[in-house]
Amino acid sequence: MSDTFTLDGREIPFEPGQTIMQAALAAGVYIPRLCYHPEFKPHGSCKLCTVKVNGRHTASCTYKAAPGLQVESNTEELNTERRTLVQMLFVEGNHFCPSCEKSGDCQLQATAYELGMMSPHFDHFFPDRPVDASHPDLLLEFNRCILCSLCVRASRDVDRKNVFALAGRGIHSHLIVNAASGRLADTNVALEDKAVQVCPVGVILKKRRGFAVPIGQRTYDAAPISGHVQGSASLTEE
Amino acid sequence: MSFNLETAENPEKLRRVAIDPVSRVEGHGKVTILLDDQNKVHQVRLHIVEFRGFERFIQGRPYWEVPVMVQRLCGICPVSHHLAAAKALDRVLGVRKLTPTAEKMRRLMHYGQMLQSHALHFFHLSSPDLLFGFDSDVARRNIVGVAEKYPETARKGILLRKFGQEVIRHTAGKRVHGTGAIPGGVNKALTVAERDELLKDIYHIVAWSREAVHLARELHTSNPALYNSFGIFRSNMMSIVGNNGDLDFYHGNLRARDDNGGIIFDGVDYQGYNNILEEEVKSWSYMKFPYIKSLGKDQGWYKVGPLARVQNCNQIPTPLAEAERREFVDYAGGTPMHAPLAFHWTRMIEVLHAAEVIKDLLHDDDILGSELMTEGVRQQEGVGVIEAPRGTLFHHYQVDENDLITMCNLIVSTTNNNQAMNEAVRHVARRYLHGKEITEGLLNHIEVAIRAFDPCLSCATHALGKMPLEVELLDAEGLPLDRLAKNGDGRFCASLGLAD
Repeated sequence: MSDTFTLDGREIPFEPGQTIMQAALAAGVYIPRLCYHPEFKPHGSCKLCTVKVNGRHTASCTYKAAPGLQVESNTEELNTERRTLVQMLFVEGNHFCPSCEKSGDCQLQATAYELGMMSPHFDHFFPDRPVDASHPDLLLEFNRCILCSLCVRASRDVDRKNVFALAGRGIHSHLIVNAASGRLADTNVALEDKAVQVCPVGVILKKRRGFAVPIGQRTYDAAPISGHVQGSASLTEE
Repeated sequence: MSFNLETAENPEKLRRVAIDPVSRVEGHGKVTILLDDQNKVHQVRLHIVEFRGFERFIQGRPYWEVPVMVQRLCGICPVSHHLAAAKALDRVLGVRKLTPTAEKMRRLMHYGQMLQSHALHFFHLSSPDLLFGFDSDVARRNIVGVAEKYPETARKGILLRKFGQEVIRHTAGKRVHGTGAIPGGVNKALTVAERDELLKDIYHIVAWSREAVHLARELHTSNPALYNSFGIFRSNMMSIVGNNGDLDFYHGNLRARDDNGGIIFDGVDYQGYNNILEEEVKSWSYMKFPYIKSLGKDQGWYKVGPLARVQNCNQIPTPLAEAERREFVDYAGGTPMHAPLAFHWTRMIEVLHAAEVIKDLLHDDDILGSELMTEGVRQQEGVGVIEAPRGTLFHHYQVDENDLITMCNLIVSTTNNNQAMNEAVRHVARRYLHGKEITEGLLNHIEVAIRAFDPCLSCATHALGKMPLEVELLDAEGLPLDRLAKNGDGRFCASLGLAD
């Protein structure tokens, strides 16, 4: 008999040590997120998974579940704040869904749809970020980076390579690769690396594969991102 | 073939009208007319903004993104850009022959595109002028008026377009801006269910397309004095033609004829298009003026599109459309037809041909196949050409060893018709401009001449017969005498705010 907490009025069981996010996922409940991935240590940076625990804002991917917690997630207030966060991500980079090969498979796009984002709302920054096409099989499209650090964690913790890192601070934060030249071709990255598989947006791309999957068969064509929650009854794909 | 009225003899007396490029957007046309003290027309120019920005911002992008990105040039015939880019990039991948499934899927998509774009143009944009008259009540001169007076015609026109869009949806994934063609092939074939859904309607579509040809023919032949002369000018004509000189919208070699129908060149591989064509830049327009190199800029300009294609080919390889082509050629009397309003008749012959080709493709099991992609030896450069609804469309790319685009050159159909449209507008202005006062009737006559070519500026507004247009009258000193403009919602106003 495990303990439970309350999420939007529903009793959610949890195992000792689980975060609110982990327990919610196991129960098939979707909490919006971009930097959280079940296989990696939480980073707590995108803030999309922010919930209210006993009335206070906190990141559900890092907050440990405890018996009797009153957690709010799917509320108009929190979803409005999440929508604003997503809008800011859209304007900070160059996210042109119409010509992006990740369209339909992109978690940023899918989350924006989920949250009912109808426009970017803010002025675009239109940063100038040249792509790195130096690697024969991989393309780095920095314009779409949302600084989730999943590639950093995957390369460090799974691949044991440290190919990727975030450099700079604040608004100057940016993705770099571990080579004196700054070019991906001069790193020891490999196609089968976990870091290459994990990008939630369209930054780390296998070359010459774009648009091979027809519209209708892409990840989020059949069901919105909230229908892809791990452990849910109907869909288990993540 | 003169460029009378392009440039006034004493330009030093004339003030150049400055046009701010920032305020001009796709779909806006502008006509300027210069008059002397006796109100004699000295200069007429049609100014159009075209989409050249794509050539620059496509640079530095990965090549496989290009067919999806460049189709955003247009919301009416995006498939044309999608396929022309994919064909150019096939060559970059060293692919010269696609799998039968891939080629037939692309053809199906393209002929669906022809059907929907031509139907949109004829029924939604032009039929109000043709059915009600150029001077008719402006309140009725639109698709709603057509639907009231000729409900069956309007209904079939709308359903023809819808069918074309469904063909595109099943081949590209979406009715507008899909992803079906990828360099080296396609990303899907049809399912049996998709094919059957299209087969269910195709026989009506062929029949209605035939009726549409007859409607266009009837309009033309019942008023030859107008249709054979309105805005007329003689010119060369160019298009690609397929095997044995067949009409072919998807693939073939370049052929050009002179104004009497004599061959200027034939069988030219379009990979070498820049050996035979040159583009001239004129100070007064952002759109270039292409011409056939061997004839020079004064004699080498040409027209493209349905009127050129139907007269350039030896035959149409489907029986019903071929019968209609023969009737058209007979009507023209064994000499090329140059009247701009004949574009409508030939455009409907092409609709019928597109419907027949779609019917044949739907009966071909290759469109259900599973071999979608071909590989080849990687090249650095490729040219893709197709016959878009509005005419010959060129896409040319160079790709570096890192798979990024380094050069892009596009000659879009409307650009090919630049000089031709200017000539048509000059003819109309000479004939219909009376005195200094610009009337709504004049404004619409100019629109009718431009519309015959179905240029992108008339469709990019996505409005029904409400192309923003500005006519400006200048005196011999270059000072504006009068100006009348129609904005995107069809209202007349003093100016669109384009000049000065």
